[in-house]
Amino acid sequence: MGKTTIQKSKIKIAENGVDKTPPAKRLEVLKTYKIYIGGKFPRTESGRYYIPTNAAGKKLANVCLSSRKDFRNAVVAARAACSGWSGRSAFNRGQILYRMAEMLEGRKAQFIDELVQQDSTKNKAENEVAAAIDRLIYYAGWCDKFQQIYSSVNPVASSHINFSVPEPTGVVSIIAPQNENHSLLSLVSVIAPVIAGGNTCVVLANETKPLCAVTFAEVLNSSDLPGGVVNILTGKPSELTTWFVDHMDVNATIYCEKDSALKKMLRESAAKNLKRITFYDSVNWATDEGQSPYFIMDTQEIKTTWHPIENIKSSGVGY
Amino acid sequence: MAATKKNSNTKKSNTIKLKFDTSWQYAPAPENKKSATINKQYELFINGQWQKPLSKKYFDTINPANEEKLSKVAWANEVDVDKAVKAARHAYENIWKNMPAKERAKYIFRIARIMQEKARELAIIESLDGGKPIRESRDFDIPTAANHFFYYAGWTDKLAFAFPNRQTSPLGVAGQIIPWNFPLLMAAWKIAPALATGNTVVIKSAESTPLTLLKLAEIIEEAELPPGVVNILSGAGDTGAAIVNHPDVNKIAFTGSTEVGKIIQKAIAGTQKKVTLELGGKAANIIFEDAAIDQAVEGVINGIFFNQGHVCCAGSRLYVQESILKEVVRKLKDRLESLIVGDPLDKNTDIGAINSKAQLDVIHKYIDIGKKEGAEFYQSSCPLPKKGYYCRPSLFTNVAQSNRIAQEEIFGPVLAVLSFRTVDEVIEKANNTPYGLSAGVWTDKGAKIFNMTTKMRAGVIWANTFNKFDPSSPFGGYKESGFGREGGLHGLLPYVNLVNE
Repeated sequence: MGKTTIQKSKIKIAENGVDKTPPAKRLEVLKTYKIYIGGKFPRTESGRYYIPTNAAGKKLANVCLSSRKDFRNAVVAARAACSGWSGRSAFNRGQILYRMAEMLEGRKAQFIDELVQQDSTKNKAENEVAAAIDRLIYYAGWCDKFQQIYSSVNPVASSHINFSVPEPTGVVSIIAPQNENHSLLSLVSVIAPVIAGGNTCVVLANETKPLCAVTFAEVLNSSDLPGGVVNILTGKPSELTTWFVDHMDVNATIYCEKDSALKKMLRESAAKNLKRITFYDSVNWATDEGQSPYFIMDTQEIKTTWHPIENIKSSGVGY
Repeated sequence: MAATKKNSNTKKSNTIKLKFDTSWQYAPAPENKKSATINKQYELFINGQWQKPLSKKYFDTINPANEEKLSKVAWANEVDVDKAVKAARHAYENIWKNMPAKERAKYIFRIARIMQEKARELAIIESLDGGKPIRESRDFDIPTAANHFFYYAGWTDKLAFAFPNRQTSPLGVAGQIIPWNFPLLMAAWKIAPALATGNTVVIKSAESTPLTLLKLAEIIEEAELPPGVVNILSGAGDTGAAIVNHPDVNKIAFTGSTEVGKIIQKAIAGTQKKVTLELGGKAANIIFEDAAIDQAVEGVINGIFFNQGHVCCAGSRLYVQESILKEVVRKLKDRLESLIVGDPLDKNTDIGAINSKAQLDVIHKYIDIGKKEGAEFYQSSCPLPKKGYYCRPSLFTNVAQSNRIAQEEIFGPVLAVLSFRTVDEVIEKANNTPYGLSAGVWTDKGAKIFNMTTKMRAGVIWANTFNKFDPSSPFGGYKESGFGREGGLHGLLPYVNLVNE
């Protein structure tokens, strides 16, 4: 060990006892990226995380590596929210989607910043956020209109009133587009039509660009959207896709990749409880092709209702 | 015990008991078999010709009412299916998809008209081959089937109006597999929209009921439909599997059990094939205390005993509000006694023959299960013919929600009666099933009707009526009752690609 050197203290003590070092730059408060289940922001129950990086190799965050258990919790939350959300008036759902757009507009800067961190340019990021806001407004408007377009009053030959209307399928599990530069716009594009139609959903965010998904959950949380209507997990599709399509209390699954082996697995697994399965593997979300009421109809069922009409001959015609 | 029973009876004395024990007897009124021609043997209808099966195999089709052989029909194997698909592909590429829509329409109209002209013959054959009462085949199956062709014929040149902001294009070759409970009607439900949208068809009839489809093949010949546009095969499950697995089929439409539906969904995984599945059901039929009880009882009887209960949307779970349970059960039992079970060709017959020995065994199995589960069993005391497959109309009371007879599809004339007290309770019970094909509600209160019809998770809801069908009315299920719709405007979608232009 030998000799001990006593260093000269670097601490300068002023006469009145206050540190005279010039103030350092303010330390930034970093955000912990969480998942969104039932209107709350837990970390994953598994305690696991992964570190996505951008093209330059910069670490984005310690993002939750969600587990099957997180997914199951999210399905419970989505199922619980189902009757409330589908029971809202269509007009009210439209107002809430519009409110989501308002909240997103107010936090534009944050989303642009995150998109730039995830390899977008400032200009592209601005355009993408604007397009995501506009897409929400687009679907806000459809909430109380698509039913009129796709309903019918059916002129049956017997003495009955008969009509067919779309109704939400129920709980939808969504693997958000993964190989997609527009991580925010594509996420909004797959969620909005599902909830506009009165479904609830569990969404797995883009694995490599997850930041906007978590921040979007914060937008949802401040938009009057009831907890559980949209649940957002971060993690690896390679781990979770199986569970997304396997769960017996999920009514429909949306998958957006071209992976044909996985698509085959999804269709096979969906047979367990006859989930409706939809593939959006070649949609360009950045254009107008990425929005249409037909996306809403992909998670709707048609219900037909019959009731007799009293048919008394002597009552004659009404005119 | 006896005293209490008497008390509760006097309490309900305000309702009148119908008297059925009169001297009225119905004389037999059988339809004449001679109005129908059935060949001794049938081949496969491929490419507009009657072709001998390459399988070299045939099977007998029998009359379930007396177990007598009606005819011998070809059993298509994989090679036959391949031949039919090739014919359908050729007709699609070279004739059908390019034909002006209004000309295509006229072929379909022709088929409808010839079916109407031959309605009596078709009805007789349907009843002979499947066991259903002639009253039903004559007044429901055959006319509705013809109307279906007539309805969709009119859509052919109007598809541009069907889907806002989208054009349609046909899918190609449709492979269709139909059940034995409504053979000709199910064929119409499948063929008519497929043709109207410009597809060609390979269709397989059910093993126990091939004959009316073979008569339809004759009608198609007579209508001079171009060869290969519709190919009609007979066979069994292996024939159906060959259609599902054929690589050049673009679309599968299946009506049958949920079990087979799931197998089909798995089989087509990894292909581009589109699919619609119309599967099983366990419909809740709900009577509230404010309903018109006698009409409701009639509706319940029709809901479960129509076509011997061989109906996927049959009202097989009856929920009665507790305050009227005794009265409804008593009236149901009375009505059960008055149903005439017997010769399907007799115009007085209410309940005909069970479609096959195999199905009769299934029904008996479930009756045993119900008894073992502790439910109370009641069956009509009517006589049954000595030969043939028959089952007396039956009901179970004291059924628990978890009993298998309340959960599983029996597909026979067996009703499970359950009770409830509140609206919320019955909604939960009604929806507590993996199925979601149909449901019924009986009440005189309009607001209650719409509460019920919106809350019940099923594709078809009948309010103050049951088991009504129409070509313009979409039919199909929620949940494990399948997906896709047949009938109406919505029935076009399963047969087209939507093109954004």
